[in-house]
Amino acid sequence: MPRTARDVVFVDGVRTPFGKAGPKGIYHETRADDLVVKCIRELLRRNPSLPPERVDEVALAATTQIGDQGLTLGRTAGILAGLPKSVPGYSIDRMCAGAMTAVTTTAGSIAFGAYDLVVAGGVEHMGRHPMGEAVDPNPRFVSEKLVDQSALFMGMTAENLHDRFPHLSKERADKFAVASQEKAAKAYANGKIQEDLVPVSIRRTNPEGGETGWGLATEDEPMRPGTTLESLAALKTPFRAHGRVTPGNAAGLNDGATASLLAAEDVAGELGLPVKMRLVSYAFAGVEPEVMGVGPVPATEKALRQAGLSIDDIGLFEVNEAFAVQVLALLDHYGIADDDPRVNQYGGAIAFGHPLASSGVRLMNQLARQFEEQPHVRYGLTTMCVGFGMGGTVIWENPHWEGNK
Amino acid sequence: MSKTAELLNGAAELFPDEVVTEAHVRHLDLPGNAGRFALITLDNGHDHKKPSTFGPQSLARLDGAIDQVEREAAAGEIVGVGITGKPFVFAVGADLKGVEALKEHDQALVIGRGGHDVFSRLGALGVPTFAYYNGAAMGGGVEVGLHCTYRTASAALPAFSLPEVFLGLVPGWGGCTLLPNLIGAERAVSVIIENSLNQNRQLKGAQVYELGIADALFEGADFLEESLRWTASVLKGEIEVVRAEVDRGEAWDEAVARGKEIADGKVHGAAPAPYRALDIIAAARTGDLRQGFEAEDNALADLIMSGELRSGLYAFDLVNKRAKRPAGAPDKQLARPVGKVGVVGAGLMASQLALLFARRLEVPVVLTDIDQERIDKGVAYCHEEIDKLLLKGRVNQDKANRLKALVTGSLDKAGAFGDADFVIEAVFEEMGVKQQVFAEVEAVVPETAILATNTSSLSVSEMASKLSHPERVVGFHFFNPVAILPLLEIVRGERTDDASLATAFATAKQLKKSAVLVKDAPAFVVNRVLTRFLGEVLGSIDEGTPVDVADRALAPLGLPMSPIQLLELVGPAVAHHVSGTLHAAFPDRFEVSANLGRIVEAGKKNLYTYETGKPELDPEVATLFEVGGTVLTEEQVRTRALDAIAQEIRLMLDEGVVAEPQDVDLCLITGAGWPFHLGGVTPYLDREGVSERAAGGRFLAQGVASVPA
Repeated sequence: MPRTARDVVFVDGVRTPFGKAGPKGIYHETRADDLVVKCIRELLRRNPSLPPERVDEVALAATTQIGDQGLTLGRTAGILAGLPKSVPGYSIDRMCAGAMTAVTTTAGSIAFGAYDLVVAGGVEHMGRHPMGEAVDPNPRFVSEKLVDQSALFMGMTAENLHDRFPHLSKERADKFAVASQEKAAKAYANGKIQEDLVPVSIRRTNPEGGETGWGLATEDEPMRPGTTLESLAALKTPFRAHGRVTPGNAAGLNDGATASLLAAEDVAGELGLPVKMRLVSYAFAGVEPEVMGVGPVPATEKALRQAGLSIDDIGLFEVNEAFAVQVLALLDHYGIADDDPRVNQYGGAIAFGHPLASSGVRLMNQLARQFEEQPHVRYGLTTMCVGFGMGGTVIWENPHWEGNK
Repeated sequence: MSKTAELLNGAAELFPDEVVTEAHVRHLDLPGNAGRFALITLDNGHDHKKPSTFGPQSLARLDGAIDQVEREAAAGEIVGVGITGKPFVFAVGADLKGVEALKEHDQALVIGRGGHDVFSRLGALGVPTFAYYNGAAMGGGVEVGLHCTYRTASAALPAFSLPEVFLGLVPGWGGCTLLPNLIGAERAVSVIIENSLNQNRQLKGAQVYELGIADALFEGADFLEESLRWTASVLKGEIEVVRAEVDRGEAWDEAVARGKEIADGKVHGAAPAPYRALDIIAAARTGDLRQGFEAEDNALADLIMSGELRSGLYAFDLVNKRAKRPAGAPDKQLARPVGKVGVVGAGLMASQLALLFARRLEVPVVLTDIDQERIDKGVAYCHEEIDKLLLKGRVNQDKANRLKALVTGSLDKAGAFGDADFVIEAVFEEMGVKQQVFAEVEAVVPETAILATNTSSLSVSEMASKLSHPERVVGFHFFNPVAILPLLEIVRGERTDDASLATAFATAKQLKKSAVLVKDAPAFVVNRVLTRFLGEVLGSIDEGTPVDVADRALAPLGLPMSPIQLLELVGPAVAHHVSGTLHAAFPDRFEVSANLGRIVEAGKKNLYTYETGKPELDPEVATLFEVGGTVLTEEQVRTRALDAIAQEIRLMLDEGVVAEPQDVDLCLITGAGWPFHLGGVTPYLDREGVSERAAGGRFLAQGVASVPA
């Protein structure tokens, strides 16, 4: 049977505002599944020309797939969101790149012809499910020295990355972090972020967190506008005495969810759905788990190779900021300046937060907005590092590209 | 301290155990830059199983919250105020325990005014107010929202009602006045009178919207988010809320007249609440809210001090609490599982039982009878009823298939009952027949299988006496129509053991019946009371009182039907049979009416004809009557009947037929449909002095189903 691969497009993406994990966080009393359900519903509401029964799959990622993130979340969240019962769903896990993998995996299936339309996203409620909850690493990892113990602790791998690249200093990391906060504040002031946020009702019964009763989350809780180099310099380095990684130059522990709508390009056209980005290529790659932050480098190399592009063809970068040093490692590899204006124009996870498996779609939302306002850019990429030594990169084409004028 | 706060403080002292509903104020930014908003959450700190209510302290908390948002509104700090509830519950109205504690008219007046004073502030804040009916909303919960400028309802809202009239109150915190002004008198009458008197029927979210009570309807999954988004659009002027014009013409009077008809049909003028509510609705036509609220305060205070309300609250408690934890039931751990049911007999009653067991227990049910034709008829009845459920959408095709497969019939008792855990007989009411049936069944069932009898008057102990395992026999007396009347009298025979009894109660619970434990005494509870009472009425007729006079005698009680109508429902033959049983047991109190005997002999099923539209004595029946020369007035007949009821109940309690008067009342409410405003009957007998006169004193202490001393 002859096959034709179909073009896959990013129709739309939304997310909840991100919250701080923990008893005072905005989502402390909100279930993880409810967070992602609100995203799916918002996608459907924003795209009224999409008949819900046309959704062929709901792929949702979570790192810790137990409790309210378990029970085959893609299926249960679909039902909770009011999708017809004929729409199937499943769960995905690639830690931080969960939502990104939900997108690439379903996109691959769309290209193959298995689906026309999918919902792909992720959720991580790190307050209800702290990193490492209920993990049971095989003792051979240690006994056979398959990985160093530090590989299990993301902050330590970031310190290891500073060791590998001594010129990527704490000062450079802090400077990058300050800029991230500034860019995020500016993006908020210009209304670039809010458009893709779905408001979430939040309940609080413990007065220690603030006013009790029902409230509404409408913006990211972790942001710290006005952060300065001086204030960052004073922070402790929790992963190593006299280390370089601080809560200020890394993303925090967060709660949040994302969801996106992907379609075969012809189907999007048929249904009158918008096309925000066109998928060009994607790749994942592994590195030593002890320096997982360098993962985006081989992943990006691979994705560029597949696309037949060079790094110079990429006009916009959305790099997840799990740690500032990990972004710097990628930029450094390609000789891109720390403050290159093409990189993370709206700020990144250091400001907004990084609810692990949900973040991939946040990068895509932001890249899509930037494409819209920068039609001179043809290609952009979203990339992120992944626990246990991996990286993932997705290259996108701007449908608003005006050509080589 | 404001005057309201002071009043509420006083009321709070009477009611120290109030579960206080807090009114949390939290601020948020509305979507779309619509501004800062204050959202009040009503929350008593418990989960949905204990819904939030309003007692005096709760009202004071809401008053305090409104103080705060009023200041903020005046200072221009907020653009609007919302009010919503904890998960699954908005608020379910006044705390009834607090109402029961009120001893004086003035105290009752304070509760009415307190609610009005607090709630009406939501209509006068200087910024628009929004009620978000997120979950169950009843009574005062509904009313607090009616005072707001706008309302939204969740499509997932399971229960919304103004149940006051059902209990014996009026919606007196604005409901009677505001609702007709919002949605018109016709619809308001449906909500306040019709639904309430129709066994407290609840509205769902979509209906709340369709009736025009809510201005918008949103799905449950993101109800609050969408309500707040809608709020933002309303405040920004992007959405204009348009409501249907209320017809203040003749339609208003017609609606009130319809309400009176409904009330007459249900309580027959015997309970004041619906009529008081209708008076206020009628007056609300002018749109004068202040006057309406005052009328509500007065009606509320009068009714709170009335015996009818106290009886209503008592009855409500019986059916909601005592019915769920039957007095005297053994430890439920002792119950054995029931995995298969046998029904002996395939007549109408047996078939109804088979259907009920199949539907509720979802285990195989086998009907047996003496010939295949009867069995086929019984099984066919069940299958047809299941098809009707399917047609009505009450079950889906899979469930219908399952239920039909569960109901089978067999001539072979040994094969059918060999692995049954529970066998119930519904054969002819004759001791010899029933004993023989049980003997046959015992020969084939497992040693621990329960043998239950649906007898309405025969001795369960005697029925068990010839078995090798009499400890497994229980009485399981249903009321007709089985699918509708909730009562199940569970009869403990002399030798019934705890495990069998526990199994019977567990089974009753699965059948969703209100089980009451009764002693093995002639006719148990309901039939004994009804037969005694009917006997007195028929006795008066036999002695010379005209039928119509005797039949009207009990009308002031507002019973669901007159004595003769009751006789027709039961059937003259059955009534005659039961009176014979009771006469045999208590010959000095239970007469067997000779006239009734002649009616049965003549094969008449009805005493009345309804040809003219009104009940009139069938001339053929009239010719059968042989009467004496003693003509009583309605009042004399009533006194005679009530005295007899009181006397009989006292004797039943003395004999230990049931544990307490509460059980008699629960039986009469759930098995005979006796009304809430009588509290079953003992609260009425107490308050009318019948107990003192005929039964040697009150049944219930002062303060139980009555105003505390």
